[in-house]
Amino acid sequence: MKRFYMFLAIIFTILLLLPLFLDNYILGIFVMIFYWAYVGQTWNVLTGYTGHISLGHALYIGIGAYATTYLALTFGLTPWIGMFLGGLIAVVIALFLGFLGFRFGLRGVYFVILTIAFAEITRLTVSHIEALGSFTGIFLDFNPSFWNLQFRGNQPYYYISLGFMVASLVVVRLIETSKLGRFMVAIREDEEAAQALGVNTFKYNMTAIAISAFMTSLAGAFYANYIFYLHPNTLFGMSTSIDLILRPIVGGLGTLFGPVIGSFILTPLSEISRAYFAKGGLEGLHLILYGVLAILVVLFMPKGIIVYVKKLLSPILKTTHGE
Amino acid sequence: MDSNLAVQLTIQGILLGGIYGLIALGLSLIFGVMGVINFAHGQMMVMAMYVSYWIFVLFGIDPYLSLVIVAAVIFVLGYVVQSSLVNRILDYPEAIQVLPLVSLGLILENFALLLWGPDHRSPQTALSLKTFWIGSVMIDVSRLIAFVLAIVITILIFGFLKKSNIGKCIRAAADNRTGAILVGINVDRINNTSFALGAATTAAAGVLLLPLMPVSPHIGHDFTLTAFIVVILGGMGNLLGALVGGLILGVAESTSTLFLPATLKQVVSFSILIIIMLFRPQGLFGGKK
Repeated sequence: MKRFYMFLAIIFTILLLLPLFLDNYILGIFVMIFYWAYVGQTWNVLTGYTGHISLGHALYIGIGAYATTYLALTFGLTPWIGMFLGGLIAVVIALFLGFLGFRFGLRGVYFVILTIAFAEITRLTVSHIEALGSFTGIFLDFNPSFWNLQFRGNQPYYYISLGFMVASLVVVRLIETSKLGRFMVAIREDEEAAQALGVNTFKYNMTAIAISAFMTSLAGAFYANYIFYLHPNTLFGMSTSIDLILRPIVGGLGTLFGPVIGSFILTPLSEISRAYFAKGGLEGLHLILYGVLAILVVLFMPKGIIVYVKKLLSPILKTTHGE
Repeated sequence: MDSNLAVQLTIQGILLGGIYGLIALGLSLIFGVMGVINFAHGQMMVMAMYVSYWIFVLFGIDPYLSLVIVAAVIFVLGYVVQSSLVNRILDYPEAIQVLPLVSLGLILENFALLLWGPDHRSPQTALSLKTFWIGSVMIDVSRLIAFVLAIVITILIFGFLKKSNIGKCIRAAADNRTGAILVGINVDRINNTSFALGAATTAAAGVLLLPLMPVSPHIGHDFTLTAFIVVILGGMGNLLGALVGGLILGVAESTSTLFLPATLKQVVSFSILIIIMLFRPQGLFGGKK
């Protein structure tokens, strides 16, 4: 275990020093890697650990992005505070969704559809609210400063998104080792049995969805001030929700490092292939490849790539399997 | 005048609801047998619409006539998907089961985008603009034909499941999987047939929809969701419920345009979904499990 922490510390140091050697474009790809690893992780909290499948997690990204931007544009509130208010809104909505779903112990398919429905309702509603830019969306003004969460060049974004990712790893590790985490896994493995043993499953389900929604919405605030353009279809749309779940599943669902590994593999692939195919007029081809890859991973390595990464690293870390 | 409009919209809703019912029937059939939600359902329907569109454009065969061919094509697609993909993931945890079918939807959607571009296409068939009047209510001929055919196909599928040998096997597998294996039913093959039949059903719905609605690569996803809502409204795996749910949703969406912009009509169907989940999560016709 000690060697493992050493290993992590080395990687972290490398990531800290990396911006000294890389140009702005490559840094941008890293920002996206960290960003997707972060949102994959926050989704993983709910779906990976408690087993409730959310296919509408874009909802919380959208809420975070819109709430922060609206507060900044209307009241001049700094995104650093706005993102927490957005997080609270996300929590309220998530708790309502959770109440609907968990009250009846709706599992699987019903819960999936409920999450999609919430995201779609919000997308359509936002598309009709004038103050939120309706169909055309909102363009953000560029006023670089720390308090505006806007910067020239990708280096500050790099460190902030790295901070997000590392923080999510710490939080999820803390959850994993706490009582809450044990209960969540118990719910995933067999909700009825957990209940029979006296676990208040409703309470822990609600806790899990609240934590997940809150953390996801913070990412929205970051995204808004990185992209400078909010559009309901891209922020709340189902394609974002799909994008978001691919990485943790490919990396390894319900594992601490699965989302990170998944993001390091898929994000560069998607960024590069998107640019490459769009140039050749082959729009959509990268999504086809994406889909094929996801199917292959599920069919041939359903436990995710993390299994192979562990095998690969086991001589360095001197761990046995199962660690 | 206003009540006239309401009647008009209600009739339009019922006619469209028949097609919704048909789409949902396919989804419900697949879910009933395998317990798997076909997240690529709407995209399969869009594929059917394109096949039908190209048959019309290239050979001049009217969609209503090509219906059988198109359904057969999508039947094969469904059979292949089930035998090569879905049968392998039946025992996986649900969270992982979702992904391959969502991915399949993504693949089909972008395949259509890649081949035929993002344009909305609509065939100018002989009947596409014909209408007639009953009193003060106007009815599109193609809408009426679509409704009638949708009901006929629904009845045929009911009959097939009730009377035919394969239909009985499908119902047996849906009812009790292990029991079906024990009495010697080849459940894998029944799975393939059920998925294919579900896909062919939604294909037929797509063909009926083609004269009413232009086809473009991205509309599939909305229909997948509509079909889900109808199925939950009627009760998961309940085939009659799918039809009734389709009619209810059709009317609700259509009449909602009286007081909401048409682009918001989906909010109405999602709200119905949430209300159903609050008060009757097993659906209108769902029994206790």
